[in-house]
Amino acid sequence: METGLAAMTFDENQRKSLIEGVALQVIAHADELTSLDQAIGDGDHGVNMKRGFEAVLADLDSHVAKPLPEALKALGMTLVMKVGGASGPLYGTLFMTLGKELPAEPSAEDLVRALGAAIDAVKARGKSDVGQKTMIDVLVPVLDALAAGEEPRAAADRAAEATIPMQAVRGRASFLGARSIGHMDPGARSSALIVTAAAEVLEKRA
Amino acid sequence: MSANVGIVIVSHSADVARGTAEMVRQMVGDEVSLAFCGGDPGGGLGTNVESIMAAIDSAWSEKGVAILVDLGGAETNSEMAIEMQPRERQSRIVVCNAPIVEGAVMAATEASGGAPLEDVQRTAEELYPG
Repeated sequence: METGLAAMTFDENQRKSLIEGVALQVIAHADELTSLDQAIGDGDHGVNMKRGFEAVLADLDSHVAKPLPEALKALGMTLVMKVGGASGPLYGTLFMTLGKELPAEPSAEDLVRALGAAIDAVKARGKSDVGQKTMIDVLVPVLDALAAGEEPRAAADRAAEATIPMQAVRGRASFLGARSIGHMDPGARSSALIVTAAAEVLEKRA
Repeated sequence: MSANVGIVIVSHSADVARGTAEMVRQMVGDEVSLAFCGGDPGGGLGTNVESIMAAIDSAWSEKGVAILVDLGGAETNSEMAIEMQPRERQSRIVVCNAPIVEGAVMAATEASGGAPLEDVQRTAEELYPG
């Protein structure tokens, strides 16, 4: 597959590049996430995500020593415990469900199926759905791209941009009502960053 | 203590959580087990699953626990904390859809009379009409 996501083994080094790549990407964009959140939320998304992924990096060796499913579950649990705010349980649920659904050597089809299940779990956790200006609005187009055998980065960035004209109906941003329109959703942006970093690492492996 | 439903207060602010608990203690007394938490894992405003789990443990009663929360993240984190409890406990912990201060006082008042968990939750939730 062109996506570079066809079945391959994930050895320890590859697990390390994947988890480290995602963590460093989020940490590097913490200030940007905070500015986005200051516009429509409570301004803590960057700080919270940075704290969570710094905790992931602190446990990197023990995470990557585990097979891929267990590594993802452990990463998710670290985010639940360390991020704080609603993003902790939401991203924790995303990664823990991926860990539960993926085999140790996933094919592209496995990834599509697991991501679908993980998105459903995040929807249930956040009681939200497509079109409500959340991370779901990035994850669903990414899933569609992967299911179509397309490279997901462009879809992720386009989808994050597409949250700008949306009105928030979930989370803190919903307090703003129509005033949430005109700003990119911070959770959509962090999801796009995570997808981009993961796709870059997977592409290099292909 | 464990004869009555326990109450857990989860706020983004440790001060709000502590103050709410203080009001419950003064208005309702010591007949309900009560725990509170507030603040994110870094000590700022926010909520975190680990301290909610500890609060549930501390307020645990065989009759169950009612959780009162303030804003969105407190609810999401409380639901996560419930799912991470032992299975036999999960069905006996509820998050009340009620304002945190009034809800905590009403829930604790109901609980102090020995009411079951459903009644405690309903009493707190009556504060939000519809």
